[in-house]
Amino acid sequence: MIKLENVSKEFETRGKKKIDAVNDVSLEINTGEIFGIIGFSGAGKSTLVRCINLLEQPTKGKVFLNDKELTAASAKELRQERRKIGMIFQQFNLLAQKTCIDNITFPLIISGVSKKEAKERAKELLKLVDLEDKAKAYPEQLSGGQKQRVAIARALATKPEVLLCDEATSALDPITTRSILALLKKINEELKVTIVVITHEMRVVEQICDRVAVMSEGVIKEVGTVKDIFLNPKSETARKLILPERDRIPNGKRAGILRLAFDGQSSSEPIISELTLESGAYVNILGANTEDIGGKAYGQMLIELPADNEAVKKIKAFLDKRQIHYEEGGNADVTAD
Amino acid sequence: MSLPIDTLVELLKGGLLESLYMTIVSTIIAYIIGIPLGIIVFVTDTGGILKNKPVNFIFGVIINMIRSIPFLILLVAMLPVTRAIVGTTIGSSATIVPLVAAAAPFVARMVESSLKEVSPGVIEAAKAMGASPIQIITRVLLPEAKPSLTVGFTIAISTILGYSAMAGFVGGGGLGAIAINYGYYRYKTDIMLITVALLIIIVQIFQTVGMFIANKIDKRTNN
Repeated sequence: MIKLENVSKEFETRGKKKIDAVNDVSLEINTGEIFGIIGFSGAGKSTLVRCINLLEQPTKGKVFLNDKELTAASAKELRQERRKIGMIFQQFNLLAQKTCIDNITFPLIISGVSKKEAKERAKELLKLVDLEDKAKAYPEQLSGGQKQRVAIARALATKPEVLLCDEATSALDPITTRSILALLKKINEELKVTIVVITHEMRVVEQICDRVAVMSEGVIKEVGTVKDIFLNPKSETARKLILPERDRIPNGKRAGILRLAFDGQSSSEPIISELTLESGAYVNILGANTEDIGGKAYGQMLIELPADNEAVKKIKAFLDKRQIHYEEGGNADVTAD
Repeated sequence: MSLPIDTLVELLKGGLLESLYMTIVSTIIAYIIGIPLGIIVFVTDTGGILKNKPVNFIFGVIINMIRSIPFLILLVAMLPVTRAIVGTTIGSSATIVPLVAAAAPFVARMVESSLKEVSPGVIEAAKAMGASPIQIITRVLLPEAKPSLTVGFTIAISTILGYSAMAGFVGGGGLGAIAINYGYYRYKTDIMLITVALLIIIVQIFQTVGMFIANKIDKRTNN
């Protein structure tokens, strides 16, 4: 669906020094998937996502949308193609002087749709994002989460095939983040929109992404399924993102790692204590990234398994019984970047 | 009073109307020229939606050149141009020509600075939606900058009123001419004070009404 071929973006800074914000990136994003691009600040993620809809003109390389080369399109063709690519932003970027409904009809009106038709489509979209009662409200009167919902509705107005999300939840609190991510997931499943998510937060990737690319210093360090990246992070960057508190997961051979995914279990239950008591095995917590939202636990935990196979079986049996989703991996040797 | 009250009222009424006529007509024409000029300078700037260094440089220089000429000198320097356009160099209609010449570049800068207040993110979002540069100007930049443009208009009209008073020195009409002719040349301080008071009142009214409208139309404030 989206293909980047050896894309580079060079910026000239004031002292005429050249900086490669994006350096020779090749990437393919499949139709219907939610693709994450994760990295620390300054990794070049935002520049990379702007190369997809050519808000940033790549200095080198080609960008394709459905086999059409955007980098070769005329200004007019590009404007047409951009209507197939919706985009939402960290700061929402709503028109402050227009009501919600007029914000949503905006992309339709500029593409020549009649006012009446645009209004009807906007009403459908307000329903989709659960803000039917806010049609006449101005952005200033809305909360951050509501603003992002309006922005999502606006981005979907022209029925795009792709939705680009540039740090769309970074200005929101954890609860609102969850609900916006759930909305994006729903849009992906029901409207079959391919979604590209830029973020520095692992929890975003973990909640909705199918595949993820890890980016650092303008370069894609690794690409894989979310499971692969969590259990077998090959790059230093990925390891730092997964376990921010640790410099590195211990190198060398080990019995294996389990990734436990908490998806709304009661946070008051001492799961790990019960696990060790029931299985009689010791586990080593390598890292955890969990949040307590309304008494429910969300997030993930990485635990190192004991070498004893019997104990591992017991641990798995316990997790099955408690219906905690887990993935196993981490047998491969970890190498430095 | 140094003049019979009836005569004085007639005099001031005439001056007031002339001042308003000069100010309002000049402001309107200055905006007709200044808005496109301000837009051109804004969109052709580095990072603008129609970045064009030469165009930006040329218009920037023209605006700065006129802006750096003191108004009184511009007034005199433009006399031949005024005569060519209006047919005379005396009276309020003649004053409009130098007023517009001085105000248009000033308005252009005011418009430019209002457009600079529009969030770059909103412009980027419009671009991402496939908006053309013209659509960005007419449907994003100008509507989003409306409250700020209104504040700018308030400042511009008050400044132009001030300029129009100066035109009294070279035969322009209005309250400025009365203040100069009676107050300065004939030492009638009371008449000068009254005209000054009237000018202050007009500026106050412009300012209050302008700010009220700007606040009223700004949807970023809850009211």
